[in-house]
Amino acid sequence: MISITNALLFIVAAPFIGGLVAGIDRKITARMQGRVGPPLLQPFADVGKLFEKKQIVVTPSQHVYTLSYLVFIVASGALFFAGGDLLLVIFAFTLAHLFLVLGAYSSYSPYSFIGAERELIQIIAYEPMIILAAVGMYMVTKSFFVWEIMGSGLPIILYLPGVFLGFLMVLTIKLRKSPFDLSTSHHAHQEIVKGVTTDFSGPMLGRVEIAHWYENVFLLGFIYLFFAWNPLIAIVAIIVAYLLEILIDNTFSRGTWKFTLKSSWIIAGMMGLVNLGVLYYLSAVVPA
Amino acid sequence: MINNDKKPDFHPFEGESLITLPFLILFPAAIALILLLVPGDSWRRLVVQAGALIIGIASFYLLFITPGAGQEFFPVTVEWVTTLMFIAEMIIAVFLIYLGIKHRKYLAIFLVVAQAALLLFFESTGSHGAHVPDLFIDQLSLIMALIIGIIGSLICVYALGYMATFHQQHPDVKDRRRTFFFLVFIFLSSMFGLVFSNYLPWVFFFWELTTLCSFLLIGYSGTGEAINNSFLALNMNLLGGIAFAGALIYLAIISPGGNLLAISTLIQSGHAVALVPAVLIAFAGITKSALMPFSAWLVGAMVAPTPVSALLHSSTMVKAGVYIIVRLSPVMTGTMEGLIIALVGGFTFLLASAIAISQSNAKKVLAYSTIANLGLIVACAGVGTYKLVWAAIMLIIFHAIAKSLLFLCVGTVEHRIGSRDIEDMTGLIVRMPRIGVMMLVGIAGMFLAPFGMLISKWAAIEAFIDAPFGLLFVAILAFGGSITVFFWSKWMGKIISVCPVAELVENRISREKWIVLSLLTAMTVFVCLAFPVISSHLVEPFVLSVYGQTARLSQDNIIIMAMMLFLLMIMPFSLLWFRKEKNIVPPYMAGRPATPDLHFLGSMGVQRQVGLANYYLEDVFGERRLFMAGTALCFGLILLMGTLTAGVAL
Repeated sequence: MISITNALLFIVAAPFIGGLVAGIDRKITARMQGRVGPPLLQPFADVGKLFEKKQIVVTPSQHVYTLSYLVFIVASGALFFAGGDLLLVIFAFTLAHLFLVLGAYSSYSPYSFIGAERELIQIIAYEPMIILAAVGMYMVTKSFFVWEIMGSGLPIILYLPGVFLGFLMVLTIKLRKSPFDLSTSHHAHQEIVKGVTTDFSGPMLGRVEIAHWYENVFLLGFIYLFFAWNPLIAIVAIIVAYLLEILIDNTFSRGTWKFTLKSSWIIAGMMGLVNLGVLYYLSAVVPA
Repeated sequence: MINNDKKPDFHPFEGESLITLPFLILFPAAIALILLLVPGDSWRRLVVQAGALIIGIASFYLLFITPGAGQEFFPVTVEWVTTLMFIAEMIIAVFLIYLGIKHRKYLAIFLVVAQAALLLFFESTGSHGAHVPDLFIDQLSLIMALIIGIIGSLICVYALGYMATFHQQHPDVKDRRRTFFFLVFIFLSSMFGLVFSNYLPWVFFFWELTTLCSFLLIGYSGTGEAINNSFLALNMNLLGGIAFAGALIYLAIISPGGNLLAISTLIQSGHAVALVPAVLIAFAGITKSALMPFSAWLVGAMVAPTPVSALLHSSTMVKAGVYIIVRLSPVMTGTMEGLIIALVGGFTFLLASAIAISQSNAKKVLAYSTIANLGLIVACAGVGTYKLVWAAIMLIIFHAIAKSLLFLCVGTVEHRIGSRDIEDMTGLIVRMPRIGVMMLVGIAGMFLAPFGMLISKWAAIEAFIDAPFGLLFVAILAFGGSITVFFWSKWMGKIISVCPVAELVENRISREKWIVLSLLTAMTVFVCLAFPVISSHLVEPFVLSVYGQTARLSQDNIIIMAMMLFLLMIMPFSLLWFRKEKNIVPPYMAGRPATPDLHFLGSMGVQRQVGLANYYLEDVFGERRLFMAGTALCFGLILLMGTLTAGVAL
């Protein structure tokens, strides 16, 4: 059943988990680079400070888009943790992301404009794979509802290893990790300054940051789905996957949009589609 | 065949559709004739507005008199109607040959002669003498009639103001507005005829009328480009018409009594007899709805005045093509031929969406998006499981509304800013705030959750998983759907960029244009709110009566989407709160000294102004390359289908 409690739990707890994950991320990244790194709770301090700053804007409409971004990210994530329809969750996330892109477009600044274009390329790069992942889960569990997928008791990962690898690939894009941090990056400065977020500042930027935390928690939740039959393995898998993403982030330099688009589509095609094709064939030949 | 566990609703006006159906066919034709005679602009205005209002009300009235489930038939015993149609067809053929000679388009002449010869041959079989032709109505016809009657007549009203401005701005084009409005109303009349006719020779007659009207309307401005493109449209549609005539002859030969010439008997007569004519007619549908390899005519048709494009893309013409394919989809379900037709649709969806990325001309983007969506509808109808037919009909409804809104917005913008290029629409939200918002609603309606098109695409994904060979279509939808996000979003981005040098130009837009645009915007939102009702009262009964089972979205999802829509509608109001923002600064310019209108000192001491243009990714999504690929692929598929069908027929 759709669980309102889980949704509320997500809304309250996700920023803390998301911020903590960001802190761990920064710590491990620093260690990989031979630095000490900031304290674990630094992300909270950073965002807290953003909210103390005076708000300046390029156009007031930026507020509407960034606020909508946060609201819809929270709503989509809540729908996921409540156990809603996976495809609807994905479409709702697309809607949320559109608001971030529109916010970047609205300021008519060269840097955020290019960031917006790149963000859109990233969306078309990762979206097919995520939809295929949802379709794969349906093919295994016969349901799109997250609560039914969770309760299916099936080791989904064993049916969908290719889809999972493809998902890890697009996860790199979603987490804004190198080589796919085209539109904006966690690192200090890139060739288009801060890309999408260049013209956001103060509390507005704080809201964008919190939305990103919410989204990361959703993404980790998506990994959990693959291993849902055994919570312990699932948590280990999430940790391993995230460490892998940090490692990738630190070993690759930023790619071009063409590289991003091509590689993610090829992976989605090779890993995701082939995996689904095999499942499809097996389900036709060997009735369960 | 009809397995219906729903009780027919109580209908106090039962039987009145006997009057309403012929009325809806004949009344627009009568208005058309009056418009041909009425000289002045003010009289024309009155006639068009009154005519549009009556057509709108009459089609809305159908909603109350259509039986709750199943079909209702109205035999037309007047014998000379069919003969009259035949004579009209011959006159049209002579007229087209005359135009062909005048413009030296010999291919068109050849096609017209070939089609006329087939038609003469069909008449000579004399098979339809025995059969009493009839009109019919069911939920599918009703949905189509609502689309034609409401959206079509709104476009007619809009065209009044548009054409007046058009002729002011193009003094070189001869003012033939009388013919223009005559053709537009004949178009509506023939579309009504097409969706109400059960008797295939009649459907064919109206089919050819739509071809003729679109041909003449595309060539309206009389420039060389317009004439060429109109003949391109004519040739491709005549090719479809020839296939349609072939289907008639085939049916006349296998059923000398003429019983199979009725759609309702044809779709129940099984694969063995019905497949060949169904495939031939579906081919005609593919040409009419401009799927690849025939997409060029619809792209070329954008030379026509914008209301014509709106009409062709939303409520008439291309919708006739998908209507007939949806109608015949029970015959094609589960066959190889149906699958091939679906693949033609699927590849068209994928490639046309990709081509739209590389286009900056707004009308061309809209054209490719139409082609893509028609492809998707045909993909659904070709595979033809009950869930997919549900999705296909939903797509027809949502697409008609959002697309007509977008075309009319682009037309309005074009007249005010003198360009239909998306790059010139920078900051439209500041320059033309109301039109800008309407355009945003239209675009959102085309691809965003929780709006209609997305609901249908979502339903299609779910339905394809369970269909034979469905995984291929799921992949097409996954990739094609996200491509769609790209080109719509960047257009939205252009509109909402708050450019510092924008001035307000949203004046001098006539009141009737505002009324039409506002109504269409309201309808785009309204159908999203009302879609569970539309589904349960119109789409589901039809699917149920044809397939014995029906699809619907789960209750939870409907509630969640209603909440999303609500949230989406209240978010803009936060601007009221943020409007009093005091600290407005110029955008970040990397520390360069820049003026408020974004001039900055570039290298070598040159003053430059910031100019921002969207990505079009020509070398990946270029039109030439993808169009070639699509043409080759779909042409090959159609050849394969032709071979298979010929194998069945012989």
